[in-house]
Amino acid sequence: MTDQPMVRFDNVSKRYGALTVLDGLSLDIARGEKVSIIGPSGSGKTTVLRMLMTLETINDGVIWVEGEPLTHMDKGGKLVPANLGHIRRVRAKIGMVFQSFNLFPHMSAMANCIEAPMTVLGMKRADAEARAAELLDMVGLSQKKAHYPSQLSGGQQQRVAIARALAMRPKIMLFDEVTSALDPELVGEVLQVIRQIGREHDLTMLMVTHQMGFAKEFSDRVCFFYQGKICEQGPPSELFGAPKNERTRQFLRAVLEAG
Amino acid sequence: MWDWSFALEILPTLASAAIITIEATLIGFVIAALLGLALALVRIAIPWTAWPISVLVELIRSTPLLIQIFFLYFVFPKFGVVLDAFTAGVIAIGLHYAAYCSEVYRAGFDNIPRGQWEASIALNLPQWATFRDIIIPQVIPPIVPALGNYLVALFKETPLLSAIAVLELMQTAKIIGSDTFRYTEPMTLVGLFFLVMSLVSAALIRILERLLNRRTPR
Repeated sequence: MTDQPMVRFDNVSKRYGALTVLDGLSLDIARGEKVSIIGPSGSGKTTVLRMLMTLETINDGVIWVEGEPLTHMDKGGKLVPANLGHIRRVRAKIGMVFQSFNLFPHMSAMANCIEAPMTVLGMKRADAEARAAELLDMVGLSQKKAHYPSQLSGGQQQRVAIARALAMRPKIMLFDEVTSALDPELVGEVLQVIRQIGREHDLTMLMVTHQMGFAKEFSDRVCFFYQGKICEQGPPSELFGAPKNERTRQFLRAVLEAG
Repeated sequence: MWDWSFALEILPTLASAAIITIEATLIGFVIAALLGLALALVRIAIPWTAWPISVLVELIRSTPLLIQIFFLYFVFPKFGVVLDAFTAGVIAIGLHYAAYCSEVYRAGFDNIPRGQWEASIALNLPQWATFRDIIIPQVIPPIVPALGNYLVALFKETPLLSAIAVLELMQTAKIIGSDTFRYTEPMTLVGLFFLVMSLVSAALIRILERLLNRRTPR
């Protein structure tokens, strides 16, 4: 049970009409592992997260979460498309933070963080608020609980979004280019929070990022995606230090020149 | 030309008829606003209903309200549905404006960014809670002015109910006119009543708009 992967992509494909976005992806992610996904745009890296969050359907293959199929269920030994109840039960283990924050603009930071714990987990308001206050404190926003998203900077909004996702007590956290929409001087505060939750919470983390420095320092493994496939993967020291594949070298060279 | 004592004499009769007009407006608008929302919601929640609903909406919007009122009052009894004039009239008005309102709601829903739905899924919110807590509170404030316009338009169309002899303001004024052969005072008073009420509701809608905008800073 313990050596079972937290997430397993088993030969997963995603197509939009004639365009194949992901081509037979197989990837195991261990419990507690921090995996960064890098690659040029259009390489399918964001799609990996969106499929795992069930924001996209998959065309082929099976995604497993803690040994359970995510969008399928077992019916007499055969895997059939799962009903919404099953999907919601498995999906509860996963939280996601988006590039564009996606906070609820009509709710304060606090209200953003207690909405789902109250409606989905059935927590009492007082308990949900206490938990949200802890999390907002942790992301350094204890003074901003009553503020609306429009009154917060991008970095602050993204930190609220992280607290909101953590309030659902996920086992897996997905970060989809979470610093790409931020002004450069605000990137650090968000990465600092991610670093901290990586240390303090027992989370499996999967992030799509353009911050190569952060990927290098933070992750246990880096996957380089190219044209819908994993082109190369390995520990950051190897992938960044001695990339084996020519495409990886090209990509890293281009990114380093730009950055 | 203008007889103040006659105007004062008919005022109480017109005032009680005005209550019927206001009742018809409010009940009609409640039907329009709720049914319009229901149509827009069903359309989003159950994709295959989009086509039949848009046909229904187009059918209602593209035929005159007066014909719809006559249909409900004179034709439905042939199918065993007998409604009194007020009920038939109010339902017809409500249905007619529900078609318009559903389009307003639809535009409102279309304006909600995809990210709001995706964040709701990522937080595992059930669909009904997503609508109730996340989507609808963001849809309503921007469309209050458009809904308010339809409220005023609906109000000004209630005189059509006089065609099926509902004793609302217009019908009452017509009766006074034909009984006394004096139309100047009753018609002027009715016109003034509509003018004042329209201005008052427009002002109320603006206040509501401002209140909603204050509650949701952007």
